[in-house]
Amino acid sequence: MSDVILAVEDLTVSFDGFKAVDGLNFYVEKDELHVVIGPNGAGKTTLLDMICGKTKPSSGSIRFKDLDLTGMIEYQITRAGVGRKFQTPSVYEDLSVEDNLEISYPKQRNVLGSLFFRRDRDLREKLQSVSDAVYLRESLPVKAGFLSHGQKQWLEIGMLLMQDPELLLLDEPVAGMSQRERELTAELLGRISRGRSTVVIEHDMGFVRSIAHKVTVLHQGKKLAEGSMEQVQNDPRVIDVYLGH
Amino acid sequence: MSDTTLGAPAPAQSPDLLVRLAVPLLALLLVLVFPLALDIFRLGLVAKYLSLAFCAVGIVLCWGYGGILSLGQGIFFGLGSYCMAMFLKLEGAGAADSSSGTALSAFYGSKLPDFMVWNSLEKLPWWWEPFHSVWFTLAAVLILPALVAFPLAYANFRKRVGGVYFSIITLAFASILSIMIIGQQGYTGGINGITDFKTFVGFDLDAPRAKYVLYFVTVALLIGCVLVARFIVRSRLGRILVAIRDREDRVRFSGYDPALFKAFIFACAAVFSGIGGAMFTLQVGLASPSLVGIVPSIEMVICAAVGGRLSPVGAVYGTLLVGFAKIFFSENFVDFWLYFIGALFIIVVMFLPTGLAGLLERLRGAAGRTPS
Repeated sequence: MSDVILAVEDLTVSFDGFKAVDGLNFYVEKDELHVVIGPNGAGKTTLLDMICGKTKPSSGSIRFKDLDLTGMIEYQITRAGVGRKFQTPSVYEDLSVEDNLEISYPKQRNVLGSLFFRRDRDLREKLQSVSDAVYLRESLPVKAGFLSHGQKQWLEIGMLLMQDPELLLLDEPVAGMSQRERELTAELLGRISRGRSTVVIEHDMGFVRSIAHKVTVLHQGKKLAEGSMEQVQNDPRVIDVYLGH
Repeated sequence: MSDTTLGAPAPAQSPDLLVRLAVPLLALLLVLVFPLALDIFRLGLVAKYLSLAFCAVGIVLCWGYGGILSLGQGIFFGLGSYCMAMFLKLEGAGAADSSSGTALSAFYGSKLPDFMVWNSLEKLPWWWEPFHSVWFTLAAVLILPALVAFPLAYANFRKRVGGVYFSIITLAFASILSIMIIGQQGYTGGINGITDFKTFVGFDLDAPRAKYVLYFVTVALLIGCVLVARFIVRSRLGRILVAIRDREDRVRFSGYDPALFKAFIFACAAVFSGIGGAMFTLQVGLASPSLVGIVPSIEMVICAAVGGRLSPVGAVYGTLLVGFAKIFFSENFVDFWLYFIGALFIIVVMFLPTGLAGLLERLRGAAGRTPS
């Protein structure tokens, strides 16, 4: 376990007495693509919310490299190298695809720096390569609000690529996508997760099978099982609460 | 110009051209047309509305782009205005023994401003002292509004108080400041405000020449502010503001601290308002609590809305339009002209949510979509 990049230990959060996540231990290794599955209300999204600072845990620790994320606020966590994609596509609809990507570029994120910001060659090249990677090259000048649902999902992934985080947190990246878009996205995730650690929440079992290195099953805020896809699929408890019906 | 194939003026051209020429046209209007066409009294009215236009330009920045609806720009207008008034008053009082001093201060034989004498103040309050210096005053006009606006805004935005709650806070502050000014009559001139100025660094403010000079200085400063606002809007910071306006939560996860950006743009708007306030006092010869409170603050928002809350130059046109409408209606319908202004605001909000600039933009869009 020397290559653990994210260590979540004994993590608990309760909302008015209801424990959405309950004493959870969860580890992500370097360069691993780790999928979290589980029935609705299992605490998957809440787990990601706590890692990226959106929700404050009631107790427990979240360590990213040698940082304690529980004491940091959202933008500090982002700057430390954690990128988050939300369940419903969250892009800046009034801005063009290009501007959406540019805003995510991790330089000059202070007030004066952004006021006098000029595009350099590095940024221009990155805009091209990222827009290529997320299949949006042709759509750079289009207002993000006009994109299809699937394209918005891709744009948000593209925004994360601009950020170039060490740890990528993706919440249902293929929700609402067509079969063709799912295949393209699986391929995309395979490519972008190389060289970084990725946590994906997903319901689509076919999709999980095609991408996951390791799978964790959550149930009622607790870890039910963990291992490779085969191990998890054959675990009787998992079949009982999640896969069976 | 050779496009006569349809026997009609090319529709795509005119709105497009108007959008591009909005600033030069404004400059032409303000620098040449108004001074030549209007008598000095009417030009003074224009100058008064131009002073308010500074606030409207600021409101475009913080409301249109930052999504912060400030109902208290009068606070900052008032700060600029009172700073200038204090300087002018001290200059007048200081010259009491010489011929250029006010008759009143000469009569009382005191170097205190007249209203302090009436309120039996013996000594100039310490915080009035620095306003003997013109440089301190000019610096205060620029810095004081920012110094008040930034911490106020940052404290709220950091605690994630925003939207309509922040609007109400600005409203309350505007109200508090005007009540305070009225209450502290000995220090502020109270409800009457501070008035009766004679000179500014030796120049006679009543001479027609001074009026023209001040008018042109106002025009230059205003166009400067419009250009600065335009630079901000078109920078990366402008796009971040739009992102914050539409999806503040998401911006945090792009690695920004939205509170800092919002406080910055709020402070910018405050500085613009302060400049407007100072120019107002120089030209109209008055600093008054009636310009600090809620009513003028809301009027400034109306001006920005009429012009189009996404267009800095539109805000100036909007202010002038509202100003002219006010003059016209108040001269012709003395009893109920205020209703017309209200109606104007309602019409704009209901049918032209992006104001004049938005109308132009829409014409351009419609023209652009028609195949040529």
